[in-house]
Amino acid sequence: MPERELTFAQAVREALAEEMRRDSRVCIFGEDVAEAGTPFKVLSGLVEEFGAERVLDTPISEAGFTGVGVGAAMAGLRPVVDIMFGDFLTLTMDQMVNQAAKAHYMSGGHWRVPMVMRTTLGATRRSAAQHSQSLHAWFSHVPGLKVVLPSTPYDAKGLLKTAIRDENPVVFFEDKMMYKLKGPVPEEDYTIPLGVADVKRVGEDITLVATSSMVQVALGAANVLEKEGISAEVVDPRTTWPLDEKTIIDSARKTSRVIVLDEGYGRYGVTAELAAVIAEGAFYDLDAPVKRMGAMHVPIPFSPPLEDVTVPTEETVTEAARSMCKKL
Amino acid sequence: MTTATSKPHARPEAATEDKWLHAYRQMVRIRLFEEQVNELYTRALMPGLAHLYSGQEAVAVGICEALNIDDYITSTHRGHGHCLAKGASPDRMFAELLGKEAGYCRGKGGSMHIADPATGNLGANAIVGGSVGIATGAAFAAKRLGNGRVAVCFFGEGALGQGSLYEVMNLAQLWKLPVIYVCENNMYNEYTHFSETTAGTILGRAAAFGIEGASVDGQDVRAVNEVATRLVERARSGNGPAFLQADTYRYSGHHVGDINREYYRSKQEEQHWKTERDPIKLHGRWLMTLGQAAATALEQITTEARAEMEAAVKFAIAAPYPSVDQVEQDVYA
Repeated sequence: MPERELTFAQAVREALAEEMRRDSRVCIFGEDVAEAGTPFKVLSGLVEEFGAERVLDTPISEAGFTGVGVGAAMAGLRPVVDIMFGDFLTLTMDQMVNQAAKAHYMSGGHWRVPMVMRTTLGATRRSAAQHSQSLHAWFSHVPGLKVVLPSTPYDAKGLLKTAIRDENPVVFFEDKMMYKLKGPVPEEDYTIPLGVADVKRVGEDITLVATSSMVQVALGAANVLEKEGISAEVVDPRTTWPLDEKTIIDSARKTSRVIVLDEGYGRYGVTAELAAVIAEGAFYDLDAPVKRMGAMHVPIPFSPPLEDVTVPTEETVTEAARSMCKKL
Repeated sequence: MTTATSKPHARPEAATEDKWLHAYRQMVRIRLFEEQVNELYTRALMPGLAHLYSGQEAVAVGICEALNIDDYITSTHRGHGHCLAKGASPDRMFAELLGKEAGYCRGKGGSMHIADPATGNLGANAIVGGSVGIATGAAFAAKRLGNGRVAVCFFGEGALGQGSLYEVMNLAQLWKLPVIYVCENNMYNEYTHFSETTAGTILGRAAAFGIEGASVDGQDVRAVNEVATRLVERARSGNGPAFLQADTYRYSGHHVGDINREYYRSKQEEQHWKTERDPIKLHGRWLMTLGQAAATALEQITTEARAEMEAAVKFAIAAPYPSVDQVEQDVYA
């Protein structure tokens, strides 16, 4: 029998449904999460199964309902807070950075905030500057938060289940361009630990460390490169914090060339951190400087030809890898 | 339900003491706690910032005496009174203020972040209005879990400037959450009179959401307790949130270092509140006349509270600092 395939969105929904069946403390709130099932229809059917007591539409008050999530988590629930577009995270920053991230530490370990914030990232949906950003670096910067970036339906299900069971605030970023991506997803209950990278493709000549949607870009580039005789390894950290430094460094030492790919801004961003980790851990094994590829340092423009050049693509990554490998 | 004898409490004397005598004791304990804080701070024994609650004791005590030990509160940067009134013990509070391991937060929170699950204290908060979501969320959890608890969200009138307050008030009313928003109007947003920062009326804000609103003389512990009891019982029985405006006064500056205050309020004003409107004096006078308490009983309470606070300070000063290797502990659960 062939493996069952689900879309990324279906995998997210299945993870939520399974966790809600397993644990009555899990509840969802956010804007249009109930009957509407979110604009992306990721949550369709959940309110029908679990009721309006556990799947709650909120007012358009991101700061308010995020704060409610923090308090609900402290007082015994396992809320999954839905922030429709990652750009709206700016409205939640005090609740996430000053409250959720610090409650455990500031209370000397007495209070816990087991909540998940689900949100989106990613450009090229023609949504312009306020619906296209990838702001996961901001949260990766803050002690007390965990940040998850699934790149496949399989990872989305396993990582989300782990995030819900985690005792800490976890921010879970879904690339909205990947919701229709299909892949094998087991029907049974499984979890993927946070902080364990996945080598998505084994290679010898160059390592592409990629997150979220960029994993798919890296895999596409690796296919092209293979035809040219360049063997690319694709490493997906899956979580920016906790970060599996060892797997990344081991791959860098093996291949000696690394491109780091992430859809957030490069400056002071995830690619900067990953490049630093590689420089510190694999410097003497590298044959070339680590190359960073991320969103251009501009607000994401609306006009399609402009928007398309702001993020790394299969072509630009292939070209960069080709040029790095030729330099030897 | 409103008698001290019928509910669990952290302090043993509450089980036997007359309710109003106990309220007096609690207010005196807070006042003397803050006197010690002032002393510690001015003697440079206490690091950081100290925001004293003196003058506002009747609010914390009147409300917390209407709560059960497992009801939730969230507090503010001016939070020592709320913590004590909810049942925290002064020795561990002082230890926290001095950054000692024996403190409620093992020294990691300090004066502005005391939290204590044993007394339902979700934490003091150094962001003005920062805990309004937490209190509302705790009320959501209480309702969802059906455990009968209520949440009280203490904040000063300065927090009326924060938009997130109105976001959660809207939500609490829509979802009929058992939360009571307690606005302690001590009239000064730091160094600015609230009339300069607050358009409209305070209770008008509650009315806008159809939330049950009430105002009370925050220097009258019995009046505060009476209205709090009503609002708490109302919330507990599923009738939704309430908003209480308690008018009060902050005797000291915004923090201990705020000494020259005449550019924003007069010494006469401060003196008036201290002599005419002091919650401890007012309640003590009532106890000695209508409350049938002897003056010696009140003196006895003060003597005991003073001894308790002195011993607590001694404990905190002698307590060790956390070892440096604890700095990375409890970042994650």
